[in-house]
Amino acid sequence: MGIKWDEILITGDPIILGSQIAILLTTLGIIGGLTYLKKWTWLWREWITTVDHKRIGIMYIVAAVLMFFRGGMDGLMMKAQTSRPEMSFLDAQHYNEVFTAHGVIMILFMAMPFLIGLMNVVIPLQIGARDVAFPQLNALSFWLFFSGAMLFNIAFVVGGAPDAGWTSYFPLAGKEFSPGIGNNYYAISLQIAGLGTLMTGINFIVTILKMRTKGMTLMRMPMFTWTTLITSVIIVAAFPIFTVALALMTFDRLYGTHFFTVAAGGSDMLWANLFWLWGHPEVYIVILPAFGMFSEIISTFSRKQLYGYKSMVVSIVAIAVLSMLVWVHHFYTMGSGALVNSFFSITTMMIAVPTGVKMFNWLFTMRKGRIKMTTAMLWSLAFVPNFVIGGVTGVMLAMGAADYQYHNTLFLVAHFHYVLIPGVVFAVFAGLYYWWPKMFGFMLNEKLGKWHFWLFVIGFNVTFMPMFFLGLNGAVRRAYTFSAESGFAPLFLLSAIGSVILAAGFAVFCYNIYWSIRYADRNISSDPWDARTLEWATASPVQHYNFAKLPEVKSLDAFWYMKKDNEGLTLKDEEIEEIHMPSNSGLPFLMCVAFGIVGFFLIFEWHLLAAISAVLIIAGLIYRSFDYNDGYHIHKDEIKKTEGAWRKMEGKVNNHVS
Amino acid sequence: MEKSTERFPLAHVFGFVLSLVLTFVAAWVALEMNLSFTIVMWIIGTLAIIQAGLQLFMFMHMTEGEDGKVNIINIAFMVFCAVVIVVGSIWVLTSGHAAH
Repeated sequence: MGIKWDEILITGDPIILGSQIAILLTTLGIIGGLTYLKKWTWLWREWITTVDHKRIGIMYIVAAVLMFFRGGMDGLMMKAQTSRPEMSFLDAQHYNEVFTAHGVIMILFMAMPFLIGLMNVVIPLQIGARDVAFPQLNALSFWLFFSGAMLFNIAFVVGGAPDAGWTSYFPLAGKEFSPGIGNNYYAISLQIAGLGTLMTGINFIVTILKMRTKGMTLMRMPMFTWTTLITSVIIVAAFPIFTVALALMTFDRLYGTHFFTVAAGGSDMLWANLFWLWGHPEVYIVILPAFGMFSEIISTFSRKQLYGYKSMVVSIVAIAVLSMLVWVHHFYTMGSGALVNSFFSITTMMIAVPTGVKMFNWLFTMRKGRIKMTTAMLWSLAFVPNFVIGGVTGVMLAMGAADYQYHNTLFLVAHFHYVLIPGVVFAVFAGLYYWWPKMFGFMLNEKLGKWHFWLFVIGFNVTFMPMFFLGLNGAVRRAYTFSAESGFAPLFLLSAIGSVILAAGFAVFCYNIYWSIRYADRNISSDPWDARTLEWATASPVQHYNFAKLPEVKSLDAFWYMKKDNEGLTLKDEEIEEIHMPSNSGLPFLMCVAFGIVGFFLIFEWHLLAAISAVLIIAGLIYRSFDYNDGYHIHKDEIKKTEGAWRKMEGKVNNHVS
Repeated sequence: MEKSTERFPLAHVFGFVLSLVLTFVAAWVALEMNLSFTIVMWIIGTLAIIQAGLQLFMFMHMTEGEDGKVNIINIAFMVFCAVVIVVGSIWVLTSGHAAH
C-alpha cells in the first residue's frame, strides 16, 4: 500500500505544533468531562441520535460558531502577516494554506450551517408543522456536513492542508502542480458535506410545499419561509454541478484522468466554469435566507407588516433565476470575448434591480414604524448601509471592461466581504439574538449584545474599508507580503488593527453566550418580542412536538392577528389528540463515521482500504431500506402535562410569566 | 410503512443496469474504437441523451406526478438547468480567446 507513516502528521512548524497540542488537550478535556459528568448516554440519546429539527438546528449552529472561530483565527493570522511590510510570521506556503482554509471554512462550514441551522429551527415552526418532511434524512444531512467539515479541519495537522485557494483553480490544484494530498482534502470533504446540503435542499422544498398548516397559502408564508424555499430550489439546481465538478477533480487527482489538466485534451478553464456555475448561485444560497431573516426582524421591531410583500416574493424569484445566469463575471479576464462578457455584465447588473427593490421595501417597512432598538434590530439596521456599499462596488465589478482593472485585487476582496459580512454574518447574529429565546427559553444579554454589535461593526469597517483603497492602488489578493516601497503599509496596518476590534466583538459574543447561559432570566414569556409569525405561538423552548394543536392561518403575520383577534390561542382539553412523531436513529451518525473513514482513506489515496470500508456505507443504505420503524405516539396525558406547564389551559397565552 | 409492497423494483434495477451499460459503451467507444473525434462526440452525445431520458422515466417519477401543472414546472426547471449548464458552458468555453 505504500503508507508513509512519517508523513501523516505535519511536523516542524511551531504554530501547527501548538494547534496539535491544543486539539489533543481539548479532545481529552471533552472526553474526560463527558465521562466525569456521566453524560455519554445523554449525549447519545438526546443529541447524536436525534431527528428533532430544533436540536439538529442547534447542532448546526454550534458547529457553525466553532467554525467561525477557526475561520476567524485564519483571518487574524493573515492580517498579522500583512500588518507590516516583509513580515515573516507566515511563509508563502503557510499563507496559501491559511487563506484557502479561511475561504472554504467561512463559506461552506460557517455561513451555510449557520443559516441551515436557523432554517431548521425556525421553518417548521413558521409553517405550523411538527417536523420537516424527512426527519431522519435531516439528521443525515447534518452528520454528512459534520463529517465533511471535520475531515477538512484536520487537514492542516494530518497530511497537509489544501493550498490552491477556496476556488482551487486548475491547473494549480491538479496533481501536476499540487502533488501532495492537501487538495484531496478539498475534493473529498466538500463532496461529503455537499451531499448533506443537497439533501437539506430537497427536504426543505418538500417540507414547505407539503407541510404548511391549514390556511397557509403560498402568499401567506412568512418571508423567511419564502426565502428558504427559493434557496432550497437554488441548492437543488446548483449543488449537483459542484458534485460533478468535485467528482471530476477527484478522478483527475486520484486516478489520473484529464478533465481539467492542461495536457492530454483537458480544459483547465472548464473547472473555473463549473466551479462558478455552482459558486455564484452559492452566493445567493447564503444571502437569500439572510434577507428573509432581516425581513422578519425589521417587520417585528418596526411593529408593522412587511412593506411590499408581493414585490419581495417577485424579487427573490428574480434573484434566483438571475443567480444562475451570471457566473462568468468571476472570470471575465479569461477572455471569452466581447459578446460573452457583455452578456454577463448585463445579467450581473440586473441583479441590482430586485435587490434594490428589497432594500427600499425594508426602508419603507421601517417608515412610520415604532422602531425598537434591540440588538437584532441594530444588526438589521447596520446591514442596510454596509450591504449597499458591497452592492454598489459589485455593480462596479460587474462591468466586464472595468473588471480587468479590479480583477484579483484587494478591491474585490473588500467587495465580497462587504457583501457577505453584512449580508450573512450580520443576519445570522441578528437571527441568533432574535430566535435565541425560542431555542433555549432565555434571552441573550442585550447590553453585551450591543457591545458585540458596535465592536463588530466598527471593526468590520476598519478592516475592510482600507482594502478598497489598497486594491485600487494595486495591492493584489492572496499575496503573502508586500514591500515597504509599495506604500501600502499604513492602510494594511489600519486593516490589521480593525481585525483585532472585529475579533474583540466576536469575543464579546462568546462571552455573551456564556453569561446568558449562567445568569439570564429564565422567567420570560414565550413571545418576548411581541412577534408576528407562528414560531412564537408555542412554548419557549419549544416542546418536541412543536404544537399541541396545529394553528390555523387566516392572513399574513398569522400570530399577530391571532393575538389581536384573541383567536386560536387557547387549548381546550378535548382538542388534544395523540401526536405521531418519528423515532430517533443512530444510523445518520454511523453514516457520518462511515463517510469519514472512506473519505480519509480516499484522501490518503489508500484505495484498497477505501474500497473495503465503502462497504460500511452500502451496508447503511441497505439497513435503511429495510427499516420499517414507523415512529411512536405521544399520549394525551403527556401533552396535557407539557402544555399545562407553559400556558393556562383554556386561557390566554401567557404574555408574562412573572 | 404498513403498506410496504413486496413487489421487486424491476424497473429501477433494469434502469440502473441499462445506465451502467450505456456509460461503459460510451467509455469503450471513446477509448477503444479508433474513430475520429467528431464521430466519437456524436456517439457519446447521443448515448448521453438516451441515458438522460431513460433516467427521467425510470427514476425521476416523470409519469407519476400528481397533476400536469407540477410536471410542467418540473420540466421547465429541468430544461432551464440543462440549457444554462450545457449550452452556457459550451458558449463560454468556445468563444473569444477561450477558444484558442
